[in-house]
Amino acid sequence: MMAPLLQTRDLSMHFGGVRAVRDVDFTLDEGELRCLIGPNGAGKSTFFKMLTGQLEPTHGQVLFRGRDISSAHAHEIARLGIGIKTQVPNVFDGLSVRENIWLAASRLHRGEKARAVVEEMLQRIGLTAAADRLVGQLAHGQRQWVELGLVLSTDPELILLDEPAAGMTHEEVLKTAELVREINRSKALIVVEHDMQFIRMIAKKVTVFNQGSVLVEDEVENIMRNPIVRDIYLGKQAAA
Amino acid sequence: MNERLLNTLGLVLVAVVGIAFMILTPRVAELDAVLELTVYMVMAILALSLALIWGYGGILCFGQSAFFGLGAYTYAIAMFNIGESTIPLLLAIILPAAFAALLGYFMFYGRISDVYLGVITLTVTLILFNAVNSTAGPEFHIGTARLGGFNGIPGIPPLNWPGNKTAAIDLEGMFYLATGSLLVTYFGLRLLLASRFGRIIVGIRENERRAELLGYDPRAYKLATFTIGGALAGFAGCLFANWGNFVSPTIFGLSQSAQIIIWVLVGGRGTLIGPVVGCIGIQWLSTALGANQPSGGADWWAKIFANAPLILGLILIAFVLLVPKGLVPTLGDWGQSLFRFRGRQTAKRLEPEAAE
Repeated sequence: MMAPLLQTRDLSMHFGGVRAVRDVDFTLDEGELRCLIGPNGAGKSTFFKMLTGQLEPTHGQVLFRGRDISSAHAHEIARLGIGIKTQVPNVFDGLSVRENIWLAASRLHRGEKARAVVEEMLQRIGLTAAADRLVGQLAHGQRQWVELGLVLSTDPELILLDEPAAGMTHEEVLKTAELVREINRSKALIVVEHDMQFIRMIAKKVTVFNQGSVLVEDEVENIMRNPIVRDIYLGKQAAA
Repeated sequence: MNERLLNTLGLVLVAVVGIAFMILTPRVAELDAVLELTVYMVMAILALSLALIWGYGGILCFGQSAFFGLGAYTYAIAMFNIGESTIPLLLAIILPAAFAALLGYFMFYGRISDVYLGVITLTVTLILFNAVNSTAGPEFHIGTARLGGFNGIPGIPPLNWPGNKTAAIDLEGMFYLATGSLLVTYFGLRLLLASRFGRIIVGIRENERRAELLGYDPRAYKLATFTIGGALAGFAGCLFANWGNFVSPTIFGLSQSAQIIIWVLVGGRGTLIGPVVGCIGIQWLSTALGANQPSGGADWWAKIFANAPLILGLILIAFVLLVPKGLVPTLGDWGQSLFRFRGRQTAKRLEPEAAE
C-alpha cells in the first residue's frame, strides 16, 4: 500500500505549561479534501504551523509522503510541496499584485515562462484589472485572493487553507467553495473553517479539534448530527 | 507602460548627467574643488553599499564603516608589502566581503532579530576602532607595513595601472576613477535589483515569513546581500585610502558610522539616487559649515552655524520627523500626485459619467 500523503504521530506543541496541541495522530490520503473544525484555541492554527515548519513540535512527528519533516525549515517544506494560506492575509503589502504573484511563480519558473504563469494566475483569481495596484490598498477579500494566487503559483501537492471564507461576502464564499473544489481535482487540501455552510459545500470528511486533540473524525453529515460536537462547538455557534 | 518609460528616462538622465559631470568637471573646476568632489564620489559609493543592504535588503547595519575601514586598511597594508596595486585593490574588496560573509552567517543563521543586528554591527566597528587604535607601537606591523595605532598610516602609495608600477594614477585620474566607479556601481546595482535576485530580496524585506512559506531561504538571500554590501564598502575604502594617501582608526568610529546612515535616511531608503544625493549634499554642507570657522571673538551665532555636527543633528531630526521617507521618495510622491491629478482630470473629461 502507498504511504499516505501526510501523517502525524503523537504530534504535540507545548508553550510553557500550555499544551496547545497534544498527541495528534492525523492521516490524509493523496488527493483528499479534509476540513478541520473546532472552537477557538482548539489548536488548529498551531497544528498548521507545525505542518509548515513555522513551529517545531515539542514532540511527535510529521511525515510527508513517508519523509519526516518535523524539524525541517519552512522554506524546505514549501519546496517539498506544502503551501499555506494563513488566517490573516500574509502577502507582500508593499508590492503590486503582479509582483506578488511573480515572486511565487519565479520559484519554479524563469523569464517568459514565469511571466506567462503570472498572467494566467491573475486571470484565474480575477485580479487582472488590479494587477498594478499595491496589495496593501486592496480590500480584505481581494487580499485573500492574492494569497491564494501566491500559494497556487508555487504548485504545491498539499494546500492548507486557514479560514479561506472569513470576512468574505456571500458571493465570494460561493466562488471560494467552487475554487476549492476545482483545486481538489488535482491537489490535496486541508481547510480550517468555521462556516458550516461552506464546509458542507466542499467537504466529505471532517476532523474536529477540541482542546488540542482530535475529538472525532467522520463524514460531514454525521458530524453535524454528533451530539458532543453540537454541544461543544456547533451549539455555541448556533447560539452566537 | 508609463512607469517603464519614466524608469528608462530616469536611467538615461542619470547616465547623461553623470558622464557630463565626469568629463567636464576637471576642465572647468580648480584642482582643490576636483579633489573635494573626488571624496564625495568615493563616499557616495559607500552610501550605495548601505542603500542596497538597508534600503532594499531591509538589514539595518550600523557598522558599514567596519567594511569601509577594513577596505582602506587592507589596501594600505597590502600596498606597502606588494608595491603594485592590482592585488591590494582586489584584497581590499575580497577581505571586507569575506568578513561580512562570516559576520552575516552568524547573524542571519543565528536568527538574530533586527534590533540586535544593529547593535552587533555597531559593536563590531567600535571594536575594530579600539583594536586598531591601540596598535601605535613599532611591534604592531604586518609585513613591512606599520599599523601606526591612533596616528594612522600615512604615505600610502597610490593605485597604478594594472601591472605597471610606474604608471601611478594622479589626482585628476583619481577623480575619473572615483566618478566612473560610482556610475558603474549605480548601474550595476540597478541591474542587480531588476534581476530575479533583487526582486526576491525586496520580497523578503516586505514579508520574510511569506517569502519563506513560498520556498525561499531568507537567510541565504540576506547573507548574499550583506556580502555584496561589504564588498562595495571595502572598494570605497580602498579608493578613500588612495584619495588622501592616509588612513586612521577614526574611519571605524561612531561619527563615520552614523554619517552613512544619515546619508541614506536623508536621501531616501528604497532608492539608489537618494543616498547618493544625501551623501553629496550632506558632505558639501559639512564642508561649507566647517569653512566658516570664526577666528575668535564672541559671535555666538557664527559659532553655532560653524558647528557642523550640531547642524547635521538638527537636519537629521527634521528629516525623521518631517520627511520620514527621505528626500527623493518624497519628491517622487509629489511628482506622482501631480501626475495623477492631471490624469484624473483627463479621465473625467473622457468619461463624464464614469462612477467613482
